[in-house]
Amino acid sequence: MSTKSKSIETKTDFNQDERLKKVSKLRLLLNRPELGALGGAILVFIFFGIVAGDTGMFSAYGVLNFLDVSANLGIIAIAAAMLMIGGEFDLSIGSMIGFAGICIAIPAIYWGWPLWMSIVFAFSMAVLVGYFNGILVVRTGLPSFIVTLAMLFILRGATLAITRLITGRTQVPGLRVLIEDDPLAWIFATDTFKWVFTWLGSMNLIALRTDGTPLATGIPPSVIWFIALAIITTWILMKTRYGNWIFASGGDKNGANNVGVPVGRVKISLFIGTAVAATIFATIQVLDAGSADTMRGTLKELEAIAAAVVGGCLLTGGYGSAIGAAFGALIFGTVSMGIFYTDVDTDWFKVFLGAMMLIAVIFNNYIRRKVTESK
Amino acid sequence: MSDYLVQFNNISKFFGKVIALKDVTMKLKKGEIMCLLGDNGAGKSTLIKTLAGVHRPDEGEIIVEGKKTIFDSPKDALDMGIATVYQDLALVSLMSVTRNFFMGREPMKGPPFFKTFDIEKANKIAAERMGQIGIDVRDPSQAVGTMSGGERQCLAISRAIYFGAKVLVLDEPTSALGVHQASVVLKYIVKAASQGLAVILITHNVHHAYPVGNSFTVLNRGKSLGTYEKKNISREKLLSMMAGGEELNKLEVELQEINRKN
Repeated sequence: MSTKSKSIETKTDFNQDERLKKVSKLRLLLNRPELGALGGAILVFIFFGIVAGDTGMFSAYGVLNFLDVSANLGIIAIAAAMLMIGGEFDLSIGSMIGFAGICIAIPAIYWGWPLWMSIVFAFSMAVLVGYFNGILVVRTGLPSFIVTLAMLFILRGATLAITRLITGRTQVPGLRVLIEDDPLAWIFATDTFKWVFTWLGSMNLIALRTDGTPLATGIPPSVIWFIALAIITTWILMKTRYGNWIFASGGDKNGANNVGVPVGRVKISLFIGTAVAATIFATIQVLDAGSADTMRGTLKELEAIAAAVVGGCLLTGGYGSAIGAAFGALIFGTVSMGIFYTDVDTDWFKVFLGAMMLIAVIFNNYIRRKVTESK
Repeated sequence: MSDYLVQFNNISKFFGKVIALKDVTMKLKKGEIMCLLGDNGAGKSTLIKTLAGVHRPDEGEIIVEGKKTIFDSPKDALDMGIATVYQDLALVSLMSVTRNFFMGREPMKGPPFFKTFDIEKANKIAAERMGQIGIDVRDPSQAVGTMSGGERQCLAISRAIYFGAKVLVLDEPTSALGVHQASVVLKYIVKAASQGLAVILITHNVHHAYPVGNSFTVLNRGKSLGTYEKKNISREKLLSMMAGGEELNKLEVELQEINRKN
């Protein structure tokens, strides 16, 4: 008798039933696309904690080192993930990095522009390239894989040709002196929270140079950009109308169109996003190195896509997360630096990268089937 | 003033030399379900697209609530309260019930420039609306992909009603469904009509159409073979009209001949 009344209760009172709620919360967690990447990141840290715990990897300097590498990749991986959720690829990210670097260096060094103006110029070019990629994909209906592959060659070739034409070389050095007193460059070139490290150094908690200043001077700008982007993009995806449109455009563009989602505009804006992210990456690196190189960013587009995939993005679009891509980048950054602290030959890094991606794709595919499975 | 909610008078549509539709007339009152029957190639798709505002009719007039109107785009039709639920349903199976329900029309909250998608409100409405149909969505953030075909169909219809549809155009809502699922969807359609909506149900399945329809329009090769009240026509008559009675007679003769030879 009591079991019968209970079963009726669960049917009518489904909102109040605590047992059901619990189950759905667990399922909610399992359905989150970034779960795999989060687990992977934890495993990687445990692994290096054991293997390289007594080396310098987890000193302040070591941590900032692998965070910097992760953050640089993360900036473009997050943008690539957003675009992948929107159902498209951008293979021109790496070439855009090289192109953006040259767009900063040549005006600043050869044309005498102030540095800030060159940076603004580079970002304007990024918006143009992104817009062009987007409009081409949307208007022609061609796969973005092909369109942006073409752009990969066009941009890299143009970067090389223009640079050699103007400078006679493939590298443009001499930017470092321009950074000081520039009203804009500091955003991409300042280590922050220096006082924390100075204080830690004065307390003898972190390693010092021979002159008494700490070895790790501050949080590099890439890390700040990376964290800010991860937060903003996650907020956009989860909490805004535009975020819902991104999922819809990638999930089913005809369906989305039919209910009034401006699919074309969403996709174009995402292409602009990847090009701008590539330019943020380029600006940080060019200012850090003090020089621009035409080959900078080569193959970065594939690393960004790999990180996005490890972060839970489906290659078919409509599913994924920005924070997942951030974890994916963290995994790659940590392993690529961490491998130096172990006895393993660094040549093995790419093997790891590939294997990681393969595992992620198989895992994601399984999750997708789970999610879309009919009752 | 007529008491018709929507009238399509003598609608014709030509594609070059091809006459896709010729003089099709349909009139619907509130709460009425009209079934549009036709075999493959009868012109159903063209008619749907004309009703939905995708095609502009070359001849004829569309009168909504007594006012003559022209649809320049699907949005125009939607604004007049004519909502079309296509066969693909415009649902994204990887997205949650809520996100699908409000896709393109998300409820917002917060100050200007910092408006966010009001997920809590959306979840509540979606669960409520689905509950009304008798679909227990324990968790409105579950993916649509986990729902059955009938539930998805109901979700798409429910969404159209929530966003102000007065006339529902349903394109083959039961064609991909099993018997039980189809009956769930048909029940829901009747319920929607009883709340004052006019429904145009497009199907080639007479067995699904007959129990729910108030009137039936049969389309054959782009022309209407007439509209019949339910009391004036039997299921068998509809069936034979739809398939083209002649064709069935011919088939019968041919089959007899084969039998005789054996």
